[in-house]
Amino acid sequence: MAAVQETIEQVKSIDVDKYKYGFETEIESEKAPRGLNEDIVRFISEKKGEPAWMLEWRLDAYRRWRALKEPTWAKLHYPKIDFEDLYYYSAPKGTTGPKSLDEVDPQLLETYAKLGIPLKEQEILAGVRKAGEPSPSNAPSEGADGYASMKGKVAIDAVFDSVSVVTTFKKELAKAGVIFCSISEALREHPELVKKYLGTVVPQSDNFYAALNSAVFSDGSFVYVPPGVRCPMELSTYFRINEKDTGQFERTLIIADKGSYVSYLEGCTAPMRDENQLHAAVVELIALDDAEIKYSTVQNWYPGDKDGKGGIFNFVTKRGDCRGKNSKISWTQVETGSAITWKYPSCILRGDNSRGEFYSIAISNGYQQVDSGTKMIHLGRNTTSRIISKGIAAGKSQNTYRGLVSAHRKATGARNFTNCDSLLIGDKCGAHTVPYLEARNSSAQFEHEATTSKISDNMLFYCTQRGLSSEEAIALVVNGFVRDVLQHLPMEFMAETQKLIGISLEGSVG
Amino acid sequence: MLEIKNLHACIADDGTEILRGIDLVIPKGEVHAIMGPNGSGKSTLAYVLAGRDDYEVTEGDILWNGESILEMGPDERAAKGVFLAFQYPMEIPGVATMTFLRAALNAVRKKRGEKELTTPEFLKFVRAKAAELGVSDEMLKRPLNVGFSGGEKKRMEILQMSVLEPTLCVLDETDSGLDIDAIRIVSEGTTKLRGPDRAMLVITHYQRLLNYIVPDKVHVLAKGRIQKTGGKELALELEKSGYADFTGQAA
Repeated sequence: MAAVQETIEQVKSIDVDKYKYGFETEIESEKAPRGLNEDIVRFISEKKGEPAWMLEWRLDAYRRWRALKEPTWAKLHYPKIDFEDLYYYSAPKGTTGPKSLDEVDPQLLETYAKLGIPLKEQEILAGVRKAGEPSPSNAPSEGADGYASMKGKVAIDAVFDSVSVVTTFKKELAKAGVIFCSISEALREHPELVKKYLGTVVPQSDNFYAALNSAVFSDGSFVYVPPGVRCPMELSTYFRINEKDTGQFERTLIIADKGSYVSYLEGCTAPMRDENQLHAAVVELIALDDAEIKYSTVQNWYPGDKDGKGGIFNFVTKRGDCRGKNSKISWTQVETGSAITWKYPSCILRGDNSRGEFYSIAISNGYQQVDSGTKMIHLGRNTTSRIISKGIAAGKSQNTYRGLVSAHRKATGARNFTNCDSLLIGDKCGAHTVPYLEARNSSAQFEHEATTSKISDNMLFYCTQRGLSSEEAIALVVNGFVRDVLQHLPMEFMAETQKLIGISLEGSVG
Repeated sequence: MLEIKNLHACIADDGTEILRGIDLVIPKGEVHAIMGPNGSGKSTLAYVLAGRDDYEVTEGDILWNGESILEMGPDERAAKGVFLAFQYPMEIPGVATMTFLRAALNAVRKKRGEKELTTPEFLKFVRAKAAELGVSDEMLKRPLNVGFSGGEKKRMEILQMSVLEPTLCVLDETDSGLDIDAIRIVSEGTTKLRGPDRAMLVITHYQRLLNYIVPDKVHVLAKGRIQKTGGKELALELEKSGYADFTGQAA
């Protein structure tokens, strides 16, 4: 039996139930009734104690959503979603908003501890509790030293079902002037900032899922980095879907004011369930003059079982606006989970000399379907963008890269470099590349490179002859394949990601 | 000691028989050469020894140190000390040569129940071996075999062999595509590995290589069987007369 044949056999018997985040937490929660109408939107807004303009904004989005149709252009096949049969709001009972860690339901904390990723965060969660005990003034040193000691730390906003349950390191961040909180809190504490920027990158009616999100989003993270500030630590949001039949609609808004810098990481997991769960998030990034935002995602939603049953439907709109000159937005994503992924983190290169980057690793196994890529919209002069996409398909999965690079009439000197590589493991999976290139300015320079390769029997035999097991060999080859992208992840998460890649491909080899 | 007994093997996909009853014994400490015309089964024999599953052994046995290795996978055989220097080494993009060497060495050591080397130990160990073969630090940083010349690839095979310290070395046409200088470097590297605990099987078309790696015995393989066995002078004879006597065709 040839090695590839063996791989296929293995994939057939794949045990996706190994998904180690598949547990469920029994926490009483408060839900809105099933289905969606204006009253539900009002209910959510009221629960959050939002200002009147916000309710109007939501209702506007809701009405627009009613007029929109689900997009069908992606290479994805899934049963029709009954949007009237979902819960649009679920909150752990007794949680009205972010609290200090001490007040959080210990079971919730346990859940996050059990999730175990990123390991770094656990230490910090523990550290935060310590920090909460003595008064901050007892800390041995303040100011610059304090910041130095923060290096390598990560501030976290944890979102459970639809509600942000805890945000860590807030005080430390506040010293630098950085606002990092849940978006509900931002609406209460900094309404002027939210009002100024919300929906300016992804308008309410941008697309079907973005409109739905705009109407019903219940929480998410908010970041504001003031002019000239280099955010002293990594910011991170950890998303967890727990409740049954519940859509998760979080909204993230990150603003890097002039000359500032922030690096942000999100992680996602969900319990194993037979039914599909809907996740429709919106992320908006705004970089003003000379500012830089680095946004990394490690997405490990439940991918469904070995027969393709269950799993998260992930319909996400992520977009960054390089609004100011010399600004830079960089997306790095590692996609290993979800039954369906529909996701195109994009950059609008509005400011002159602005730069957009997209680094992606998308791994699909079992029956997973991925349709992901990016859009680089060059509007300003001398704007540059770079796309490195690595798709790895195993099992019976389908993995599509879909990307648009466009240069506006005025985008003189726009440059793009795109590299899309696909790697196939076995012969029951598919990899597809769908690039769209549109240049309306004759000075634009676009380069596109694409390769598709297979982990061949020859390569596997070569590695195993040297003593590696087939599984070690695949992990080695795949990690080599994605190396260009891995090095763009924050250091803390590189090793974990390498491990995650190994786990995601478990059972794909003999 | 390697003992090949009445070995029959065919292509797994279509059942074409390639090896038709090979008998061969290589005691430890000896170097044997196998020569033969194209299509005689030389490379197949090398692959079957290493455990490639594109071939099916239909009859006979392969014993290494008295133990049959037929049921073992390639990685288990590697742990038992079997090493194949490939005729066409594979390129592994994105995996630095050093990383590959380390993964392989640690995998083999783990399977042998030995401790993994620490990073400083490993670096010292590999650099010393690399220096002997004229492999630069820069080459060790490059992805394995990617963009390497033919000579560099073969040198890398010998480096891997010297790092993994196998006890049965099979060299499959290591001289093919090499110029005289490269042949010398590779041969010297191989000759250094000769030792009382090591058996070597050198597969080649040409006598040339055997000027550098002087064999204890030379076997002629044709039509899937060993047709003749002799001393190193047999290689010289073959160089003159060709393989016509064994294939029944004029060369």
